[in-house]
Amino acid sequence: MEAFNKNETVLYNLRMLYEQYGYKRFKMSKFEEYDLYLEYKKFLQTENIITFTDLHGKLYALKPDITLSIAKNANPAQPQKLYYKENVYRASKDTKEYKEITQLGLEYIGEIDSYTMAEAVLLAARSLRLISESYILDVSHMGFISGLFEQAGLSDVQQEKLLGFLGKKDTHEMRYCCEQYGVEKEMSEKIVSLCETYGSFEETLPKIKALAVNAKMSDSVKEMEELYSVLSAMGEGEHINLDFSIVNDMSYYNGIIYRGYVRDVPFSVLSGGRYDNLLQKLGKSCQAIGFAVYVDLLELYDKHSREYDVDVLIHYTENDSPATIAKLAEEYISQGKSVKVLGYVPETLKYREKVSVSQKGAEA
Amino acid sequence: MEYLNIALPKGRLGEKVYEMFEKIGYGCPAIKEKNRQLIFENEENKVRYFWSKPSDVSIYVEKGAADIGVVGKDILLEYEPDIYELADLDIGKCRMCVAAKKGFRDNSEKTIKVATKFVNIAKGHYASKGRDIEICKLNGSIEIAPILGMTDVIVDIVETGTTLKENDLEVIETIIPISARLVANKASSKFKSQQINDIRRKLQEVIDND
Repeated sequence: MEAFNKNETVLYNLRMLYEQYGYKRFKMSKFEEYDLYLEYKKFLQTENIITFTDLHGKLYALKPDITLSIAKNANPAQPQKLYYKENVYRASKDTKEYKEITQLGLEYIGEIDSYTMAEAVLLAARSLRLISESYILDVSHMGFISGLFEQAGLSDVQQEKLLGFLGKKDTHEMRYCCEQYGVEKEMSEKIVSLCETYGSFEETLPKIKALAVNAKMSDSVKEMEELYSVLSAMGEGEHINLDFSIVNDMSYYNGIIYRGYVRDVPFSVLSGGRYDNLLQKLGKSCQAIGFAVYVDLLELYDKHSREYDVDVLIHYTENDSPATIAKLAEEYISQGKSVKVLGYVPETLKYREKVSVSQKGAEA
Repeated sequence: MEYLNIALPKGRLGEKVYEMFEKIGYGCPAIKEKNRQLIFENEENKVRYFWSKPSDVSIYVEKGAADIGVVGKDILLEYEPDIYELADLDIGKCRMCVAAKKGFRDNSEKTIKVATKFVNIAKGHYASKGRDIEICKLNGSIEIAPILGMTDVIVDIVETGTTLKENDLEVIETIIPISARLVANKASSKFKSQQINDIRRKLQEVIDND
């Protein structure tokens, strides 16, 4: 009997995982004051928010994002490990219509040391493992990238533009832009090589070490080395790749960022990172790291579909006694089968076997 | 090894691109047979090709039906798909231009009327100049619009400029040069990174040697 579809099973398993690691469920209201999103618009990467006025005339929004609300309510004096499962509302890029999306996420807010950071990334890898046997977690470091950009003397606007090209691995435009911005040749080759760096940590770490030109960059490399040593000790080494193309907004994300992929889903199903900068902007002196899983995508790209609607169709007529029917149904259920009890045989129903009550009764 | 799905744009550009793929060892003889088949496979080197409308290539790639594809920069700029742009193939070269009737004088006091297939590009171009525009979206034969006085200018791709010349139109501004790009689905790039990298590297060699 298949009672649940893949995404329901995965949701359950993921929540179990987070509970096992001591993360507590955080339940939230669907609404948030619109002002919050106006101020931190860039964090959302969407401009389409469903708004409405409440009974006092104040402007509210249906949440397009959960992290922002968690960060807003964070208390620096109390470190928190929590997870959430909420619906968020965003406009689809293709159809320009609003969609309700189920988001499962995990956040740590408080002081971050090597262990807590590694735990937040490890749980991301473990989450992917629960979704599919074949998965890849791409890791990047915003500190490493911004360290390089700063050394090249690029302005914020220029950095943002280059980040866009890095996200597309567009070496061609990147080289052209560096030239336009007057970045010297050696430096611009380093920047362009960010696009081409992809692969296992073991292979790529020595390469990117050679790119480091200042303390910010070498600190970032050190952080990634530490992270990798934990993940490989936990058996995730072969699933972790270094990839600088998974960029996030620099004004909010500052350290490790990561994105997860599973086979047969053409989009990333998990995304997260360290966002101390967001908390600072919210006036909180603490650090944070977390990720979200896009469970809706799993259902959308789940190739498996049920072969049968039900295991046993129990067909009765008006001559059968209701008690006999009920007993027969329970008998099948106790064998671990699903039943559908009907007084007629629907044409479109797909069942493994059909049983008529009178016949079964006669056999007994 | 898994099959690598490749989306190519129908037409002259696509045929040229296929030749490049053939040159680097990713040929698929079945593709040259003239029949009504839509998808072509080569069991030996595990490639699967299909032709699609040029503007749809980026959709097939973004949604993962194709792992890689070849598409004009104009389409990428217009639809901004979330995919990797791995190489400039240096073919299918043309320019995205603003054109108007010969002798057209841009009067900055007035809202300028623009006919185009590329709404996003046209909007972006004029927004960067702070110019107020009225867009008229057309799906083909854009050149007619200014001739009949429906719009002041057009924003369109110009290859040789012959069509413009024959209709007494001229380029008044080049927005951006266009060429064909090798694109890849982001997730596929993780799981089939070896195959995709190999193709990118070899194509780059072909381009550099030409």
